Amino acid sequence: MQPFTTVTGIAAPIDEANVDTNQLCPTRFNKVPRGPRYREILFYDQRVDPQGQRTGFLLDREPWNRAQILVADANFGCGSSRETAVYALDEFGIRCVIAPSFGDIFDANCAKNGLLTVVLPAPVCARLRERLHANPAAPVTVDLAEQVVVDPEGGRHAFTIAPIRKRCLLNGFDDIARTGEYASRIEAFEAAHRAAHPEMFPDETSA
Amino acid sequence: MQAETLFSKIWQRHHILTDEDESLLYIDRAIAQENTYHAFVALEAAGRRVLRPRQVWCFTDHYVPTTGRAQGLAGIPVAEIRGMVEKLQDYARRHGTHLYGIDHAQQGIMHVVPPELGLVQPGMALIGNDSHTSTHGAFGCLAFGVGASEFAHVMATQTLWQRRPSTLRIRVDGRLGFGVSAKDLILSIIATIGADGANDHAIEYAGTAIEALSMEGRMTVCNMSIEAGGRAGLVASDDTTFAYLEGREQSPRGAAWERALDRWRALRSDGPAVFDREVRLDAATIPPTVTWGVSPEHALPVDGCVPDPSRAGDERREAQWRTAIDYMGLVPGMALTDIAVDRVFIGSCTNARIEDLRAAAAVARLGKAQVPTWVVPGSQGVRRQAEAEGLDRIFTAAGFEWRDPGCSLCTAINGDQLAPGERCVSTSNRNFRNRQGPGGRTHLASPAMAAAAALHGRLVDVRRLGAPD
Ligand code: SF4
Repeated sequence: MQPFTTVTGIAAPIDEANVDTNQLCPTRFNKVPRGPRYREILFYDQRVDPQGQRTGFLLDREPWNRAQILVADANFGCGSSRETAVYALDEFGIRCVIAPSFGDIFDANCAKNGLLTVVLPAPVCARLRERLHANPAAPVTVDLAEQVVVDPEGGRHAFTIAPIRKRCLLNGFDDIARTGEYASRIEAFEAAHRAAHPEMFPDETSA
Repeated sequence: MQAETLFSKIWQRHHILTDEDESLLYIDRAIAQENTYHAFVALEAAGRRVLRPRQVWCFTDHYVPTTGRAQGLAGIPVAEIRGMVEKLQDYARRHGTHLYGIDHAQQGIMHVVPPELGLVQPGMALIGNDSHTSTHGAFGCLAFGVGASEFAHVMATQTLWQRRPSTLRIRVDGRLGFGVSAKDLILSIIATIGADGANDHAIEYAGTAIEALSMEGRMTVCNMSIEAGGRAGLVASDDTTFAYLEGREQSPRGAAWERALDRWRALRSDGPAVFDREVRLDAATIPPTVTWGVSPEHALPVDGCVPDPSRAGDERREAQWRTAIDYMGLVPGMALTDIAVDRVFIGSCTNARIEDLRAAAAVARLGKAQVPTWVVPGSQGVRRQAEAEGLDRIFTAAGFEWRDPGCSLCTAINGDQLAPGERCVSTSNRNFRNRQGPGGRTHLASPAMAAAAALHGRLVDVRRLGAPD
């Protein structure tokens, strides 16, 4: 996993609330194996109309076609658990999404893929989006170590993040390896758990 | 002893260790669908195998066709779609997991089949590579959806890192009125607390109205917990749960059943247990409810009107309502019952169980479909039961189409989909833009309301069926 330290770059404003993962990756593209095709898939149905014409969606316009950051509204990434939504953001080059709140599963999926989700209050996100509309090329900085977002005017917005998530993102730690360090404790737990709840493990009890 | 919530009791019994603010939980069972192939790819890329294959169940539902099933896999005409079913079946066989493939006698939706098999039991920790895994919390277990990376982690280690969510109790007391179902109840709850109202919370549904629900009704409610943002939804197990589970294929038997019952009875929130948040609703005030917009929170009593965005209260919401009304092709202020529909879909993991089909059939008896109407049972088990009861004949006599089990038009990925602009009354759980096909428009409703809409070609109040227009 690519570590996340600091990103300074173009930020695209996504004004709508409740952007669901089906918008990030329309269902029919869930079949696509992870890879560069996902760059085109992100927000596909808003970028291309049913007749196949480009709509001029903001992620296809300069400079937002180079965005590394999204600034969104409430409940971003709600809905389906599809991780392809994160593959699409990742392939597009998005490293961080800032929003007032996130869908739970999407939020976890981002963390597992090295994407940072930053929660800032709704009015702060709204003001930031306004500024980006007015001045699209103005860079935004997200500094994970310092836990701060620096807006185009130099305003600093502190955010909180769970310590363990911060550590994993900063170091690019992979979960399976992390869990491996606890192998013996897991084994001991499993043995006791199976003994205590035989009704859940019929394969073992009937064997 | 400290008073504990049901959630806390289940969490504790699966808690292995804590690393700063995350806990490592033991996962008893994991359920998967075709899209889980992404997780298998990740697992194999990490050089791992499924650690406990007998604790992993794979289902084919999202991509299977709902007609022409006699030919099995070969009956799927589109190679890409066939490939998805094939890939999951191949991975499942290679790793030795349980598999309910396209030809299996118990094939069906991953949130319909496991309860039928009795493989979801009180007190378990169950995860699924699908957001509606929350359905299974109806059995008093901790059940929630995860993405491909987390699912791969569970397959590799049978454990999962989780931040402990807060707890929310939604208490619904009183009796649901005539024509009002579990679907109306959960739509009202979501309209009340919002589509992100339960983010980062495990919801426990309680109160006399919840206790009075059948297992099917409880599953409908828990299913849509995710549409309120909830990490999970739970209902404490009781005699209704135990009666449902007794004698099922995977349920304990004999002395083991008696021992299980003893444990399960203790699995409820202690009287004085404190929840982080509480919400209360009065069941008697809940009417048949439908959605008018593009989020499940856009739900209103069926006798209401499309809202006026200028009265939304704040600018952000006003803009959201405008976009939603525009997408849905509606006019502010029009009566919901004046909305003409093009099709009706009765199916999905929210409402394709036997009780749902009985409710739809009771309405279908009263007339003839005015628009194309599909009934897609949630599983082969439901299909057989419905046919044994003659429900399929009621549907076909009313001009409804009786199809084979799968997700079908709920997620529109097996080839079943709406045309752009088409308007559908659907018993599924998501009215998101493009959900039922690019440009498609969805109104969520209960099975009875959906069947009523089929008979009239527009939204109608099921309570007024038979009354003069
Ligand atoms: S029926 Fe719909 S919501 Fe349920 S599992 Fe299938 S696609 Fe998902």
